[in-house]
Amino acid sequence: MSSSVLWYATRATGLVALVMLSATTVLGILTANRATSPRWPGFALQDLHRRISVITMGFLACHIVTSVIDTYVHIGWASIVVPFASSYKRVWVALGSVGVDLLLAVAVTSWLRPKIRARTWRAVHWLAYLSWPVALSHSFGMGTDMGQSWVIGLVLCCIAAVLGAALWRLWLAARRKRRALVFVPVHHRPAGVPVKHISA
Amino acid sequence: MPSATDTRTDPFITDAAHDRATLLGGWRAQRNPDLRSHLAWHGAPPLPRPGDATWPERFAATIERSGLSGRGGASFPSAVKLEQVRSARRGGSVVVNAMEGEPASAKDKVLLSYVPHLVLDGAELAACALGATQIVVCVAPEHPDIAAAVRRAVAERVPSALAPVAVEVRCPPGRYVAGEESALVSWLNGGPGAPSWRPDKRNPLMIGRGPALVHNAETLAHMALIARYGPASFRAAGAPDAPGTSLVTVSGGVDHPGVYEVALGTTLGAIVDQARPTSGVAAVLTGGFGGAWVGAGALGTPYAPAPMAAAGGVVGAGVLVVLTRRACGIAETARVAHYMAGQSTGQCGPCVFGLPAVAEDLERLAAGCDDPGATARLGRRVATVDGRGACRHPDGVARMVRSAMAVFARDAALHGAGQPCAFRDEPSVLPAILGSGKATR
Amino acid sequence: MRSVAETVIKVNPIACQAYGYCAELLPELVTLDAWGYPIVDGGPVPRHLVELARRAAKDCPRRAFLLEKARIRQAPTGD
Repeated sequence: MSSSVLWYATRATGLVALVMLSATTVLGILTANRATSPRWPGFALQDLHRRISVITMGFLACHIVTSVIDTYVHIGWASIVVPFASSYKRVWVALGSVGVDLLLAVAVTSWLRPKIRARTWRAVHWLAYLSWPVALSHSFGMGTDMGQSWVIGLVLCCIAAVLGAALWRLWLAARRKRRALVFVPVHHRPAGVPVKHISA
Repeated sequence: MPSATDTRTDPFITDAAHDRATLLGGWRAQRNPDLRSHLAWHGAPPLPRPGDATWPERFAATIERSGLSGRGGASFPSAVKLEQVRSARRGGSVVVNAMEGEPASAKDKVLLSYVPHLVLDGAELAACALGATQIVVCVAPEHPDIAAAVRRAVAERVPSALAPVAVEVRCPPGRYVAGEESALVSWLNGGPGAPSWRPDKRNPLMIGRGPALVHNAETLAHMALIARYGPASFRAAGAPDAPGTSLVTVSGGVDHPGVYEVALGTTLGAIVDQARPTSGVAAVLTGGFGGAWVGAGALGTPYAPAPMAAAGGVVGAGVLVVLTRRACGIAETARVAHYMAGQSTGQCGPCVFGLPAVAEDLERLAAGCDDPGATARLGRRVATVDGRGACRHPDGVARMVRSAMAVFARDAALHGAGQPCAFRDEPSVLPAILGSGKATR
Repeated sequence: MRSVAETVIKVNPIACQAYGYCAELLPELVTLDAWGYPIVDGGPVPRHLVELARRAAKDCPRRAFLLEKARIRQAPTGD
């Protein structure tokens, strides 16, 4: 396959993957915010989140494969998951590797969700939040299309959407009373029965 | 801290020969909780000889013949519980549950202060039956003298070979539900001490890798008596389907609050009269803060699980709070509900949100709100919380409030029509409940 | 009386965080109380709703909505 076709494919699938990742991140935050409506019940939002995540992984896979088999620059197979293994734009590709690692962890734990502890799944899923700024920096750093105004516009929309949803989540979390394991402090315990008699 | 400055002879155990087979008889005779007095009165506990392989079976059979049921609140047949844990796995632990989170109960504190060796005998016997490797006595840390008394008793036994299984004393934080079995085991396992969801209670609780037999302190004390004196002496007191004696804590509008050892089957009124009510009895809160109110008409009911349940009451952990006529039942119920709402561990939504709502409804009713729908709304809210938590905490509150609505129906109707009663501001007869205002959340 | 293996719904009240997906998917069997927590009866799930019940169990974000097989005693038909 001609190198420039691969190069266009890498850039295109990368951009789409970034947009999809932003979309699924926003949807994930919306489910946590319980942003349901009669037309969009909670289970539907969650379903959409899951499906778009799968689509994201699909585009990400294409993006990775096309970038590696393109021989114009050398990005070895190892650098898909190992950061700093590429000789071309070491740091920015490394960010991409980190992003892939994070998303792989999320994908595997979600696939194995019935078998693993709920706490483990949630901890890994929180790491997924990190994958978005990592992917974003990777896109900026690789820089190929970042000069074009429509790309900048698209990326700014993604940033606005994710940041907006995240701020809304933080605001809700601060406002909602946390249903944590809060006990009445022990010194509030009643004095007990004054035992004046023991029948014996 | 209970102080037995004035005791009275127990009118319910009249046969002198059976006097030995009572929980508090030893205290009356010896006036000393130490090991020497205990052995002088009861003799050595019938611990198994090393290598006796049939002893666990025989012990289990003895307990079954006695018909002993748990004295911690659920009245579950002790032989069945023992068998469940025995068949799980050898080894494990025996947990002596003396947490007594119920504010109106003092019987376990009394047992551990005055006859600790009887409880420890029972624990050692149960441990031998299970092949357990440890015994853990759990007491609330608010009463450091109780923990100290138990530690002293444990220390006394070690040199005299009466402790084949090592005993440890632990102090989980003393909240209301801390004595719930799964909560206790959770804490002993290093967890937060909150109840767990147990859809199938037949699976025994585990501490580490071994099964745990959790028994109320009084139940183990009875086991020690049964092992010594035989099932027949246990059954000599009480009724055929509810044998033995039981410790009851009577408090409230009485002159002589305290712990009484009664034969099951004695009438409720006779027990209450022992404690000298200050004036006419209007109602009794039976079973504790999560139990049920009964009216004066139920005073003739025999005090045993089945007859009490038929009369709308609860034996539970042997708690009776007497309400005299100079008190407002609705106001007292509101105070109890408020306390119980604050004692939720915060794990289950219906309990966390529902109990404070119920307490608030009761408080408004007690204050005399002009709301004809108040009673119906309260009934609906109570139905919402009943059975919807992981443990029985909301169930107990639901039961208690429903019984209050039935027993104090007339008062509820008057309050709902805007009339608070004259006794609303009387000091509460409930054990002093500290901490005002809403539960910390 | 025969006993039949039926699917019943059990809710783990500790895990439940009132997402409400179960009530959205199974309004016939699940109602929400005033605070958003599910009220289910412990009875057998009708045949035609078992698929939806399985989906609700899979979709619950906290795995609090559970399906179990229980043996329910049934009176012989024709009574």
